[in-house]
Amino acid sequence: MFSHAYWAYWWKYFDGIIAPSIWATLRMLAASMALSFLFGFALAVLLVAYGPDGLRPNRRLYKFMDFIVNTVRSFPIIILIVAISPVTRAVVGTSIGEAAAVLPLTLAATPFLARIIENGLKEVDRQLIEAARSFGASDWQIIMRVMVKEAAPSIVSGMTLATITFLSATTMAGAVGAGGIGAVALNYGYQSFNNTVLYTSVFILLLMVQVIQGVGDWLYKKIF
Amino acid sequence: MIIARGLTKSYGGAQVLRGVDLHVRKGGIYGLAGRSGAGKSTLLRCVNGLESYDEGKLLVDGTDVRSLAPRDMREFRKGIGMIFQQFSLLNRLTVYENVALPLRCWKYDARTIDRKVKELLEIVGLPDKIRQRPRELSGGQKQRVAIARALTMDARVLLCDEATSALDPKTAKTIIALLSEINRQLGVTIVIVTHQMSVLRSACEELAILEQGKVAAAGAVDEVFLRQPKALKNLVGEGNITLPGEGVNMSVHLSHEEAMKPIITRMARDLEIDFTILGGEMESYRDRVLGSLVINVSGKDYDRVVKYLDSRHVRWEALGLDGR
Repeated sequence: MFSHAYWAYWWKYFDGIIAPSIWATLRMLAASMALSFLFGFALAVLLVAYGPDGLRPNRRLYKFMDFIVNTVRSFPIIILIVAISPVTRAVVGTSIGEAAAVLPLTLAATPFLARIIENGLKEVDRQLIEAARSFGASDWQIIMRVMVKEAAPSIVSGMTLATITFLSATTMAGAVGAGGIGAVALNYGYQSFNNTVLYTSVFILLLMVQVIQGVGDWLYKKIF
Repeated sequence: MIIARGLTKSYGGAQVLRGVDLHVRKGGIYGLAGRSGAGKSTLLRCVNGLESYDEGKLLVDGTDVRSLAPRDMREFRKGIGMIFQQFSLLNRLTVYENVALPLRCWKYDARTIDRKVKELLEIVGLPDKIRQRPRELSGGQKQRVAIARALTMDARVLLCDEATSALDPKTAKTIIALLSEINRQLGVTIVIVTHQMSVLRSACEELAILEQGKVAAAGAVDEVFLRQPKALKNLVGEGNITLPGEGVNMSVHLSHEEAMKPIITRMARDLEIDFTILGGEMESYRDRVLGSLVINVSGKDYDRVVKYLDSRHVRWEALGLDGR
C-alpha cells in the first residue's frame, strides 16, 4: 500500500493542500489567543478587583461582567460564528476566510480565558494580600506584583488548556468557512471520500496538541 | 502609642468588638490574648486599617485611623509592620525579593533597597539565605524573612498575628527572642496576638485578655498572672489536679519576692500544723519568677492558715468551694 507511487500521491496533497492549511490554522490560533489573552487578562483583573471578595467589591459591576461572560460562553463556537457573521462582515469586510474567523474566535476565547485567569488569581492566599496591604501596596500593585506573580504558573497551565481547546474550535470553524486544517479535513477529506487527506489532517492535529501541551508544561516548570 | 476607646465592630449581625479600651505604651511589648473568636485578630487589624470599626476612637501615634483618606492610609501603613501565622511570603520570589517588595512598591532606588535588605537579613540572622526561595526554608526561617519584610519601611509598630502558632515550641521561643531583641534594639512597639501562654509570659510586659469582644482583664503580665482573674482561668482552663474531698484545698499565689522565700514551710513550722502539698509551679515571666502552690489543709487549721497568709499579704484562694 505504501509504495513509492502512494507517497508521491500523498506528497501532492500534503504539499498542495494540507501544508498551507496548517499555517492558516496556526495563524488563526495565534492571533485569536494573543488577542483574547490581552482582553481576557484585563477582564480577569476587573473581575478580581470588583468581585465579592475583591479589593474593591462592587456588586453591580461584578454581576454585569459576570452575566456578559456567562452569556458569551453559552454559545457553541459554530453557532457564535454564524450568529455574529453580520458583525464580522461589518468589521472585517467578509465573513469567510482566516481574518474573518479571528473575530468570533477571540470573542469566544476572551471570557473563557478571563475565567481561567480569574480563578488563578482568586487562589492566591488572602493573607498574602493582607500582608501586601499592610506594607502599603496599592490595589494595582497587589494585583500585578503579588497576585499575578504568584498565580503565574496556574495562568500558564490555564493558557495551555485554553490553547488546546481553541485549536479544536479553530478546526471546527473550518466547517463554516474559516479555512485551515479543519476545512481541508472536511472538504477534501470527508466529503471527497479521501481518507488520506482526512487521516493526515487528524494526525497533524494530534501532533499540534502534543506540541502545545509540551511547550505549556515546559514553561510551567521553568517559571514555577 | 496605641489608644482605643470604646471600639465596636460587627460583621453582618454578629458583634465582634463590643467597646474595647486599650492603651499600648510606646516601646513596649503588649500581648492580646483570648480564645478563638474573642476579637483579638480583628482588633489588631483595626490598628493598621485592614479592618474598619463602627464606633469609638482609635489613635495610633496620635493619628485617628478612621479619618485617613485612602492615599494617606497607604502612607500610614508604612509605619506599621505586620507578620502572620502562615508567614505570607511570595513563594515564587527569593528571600531577597520578598524583603525588597515593600521597598519596590514604594519605588526606592536599587542601591537603597540592596543596603536595606542586606541590613535587615543580618538583623534577623539569615544573611546566607538571600537567594533561596521560601519553600526551601523552615517555618522559623520563613517567619524571620517575614519579620525582615515587616521592618523594611522603618516601622514604629510591629503587629504579630499568631506569629508563633504554626511553629514548634522551641522555634517559637527563638522567634520570641528575636522580637524582644528588635524591641530593645530598634525601639519598635510590638503588639502580639496569641493564645499561647508561654508567649505572653516570656515576651510581653503588659497584656489584655479579650472575652466576647471586650477587654476582660488587663495589666502588667506578672500582676495579672498573680491576680488570676476569671478571664485568665477561662483562657487557661482549670488545672488537672484531682482534689481530695476532705479538708480545704487552697491555691497560694507567690509573687516574685515571695517565690524566692520558703513561706510555705515556714508557715508549717510557725503554726505547728501539717498539710499536704498537692502540686505547684514556678514559672518565669520575662525576668521575673511567679509561683503557685496547691495545698490541702484540714478543716480545723483553715482559719489559722488564712490569718497567717493574710497577715503576710500572700494571695490565696480556696478551690472547689464556691463563694468561700
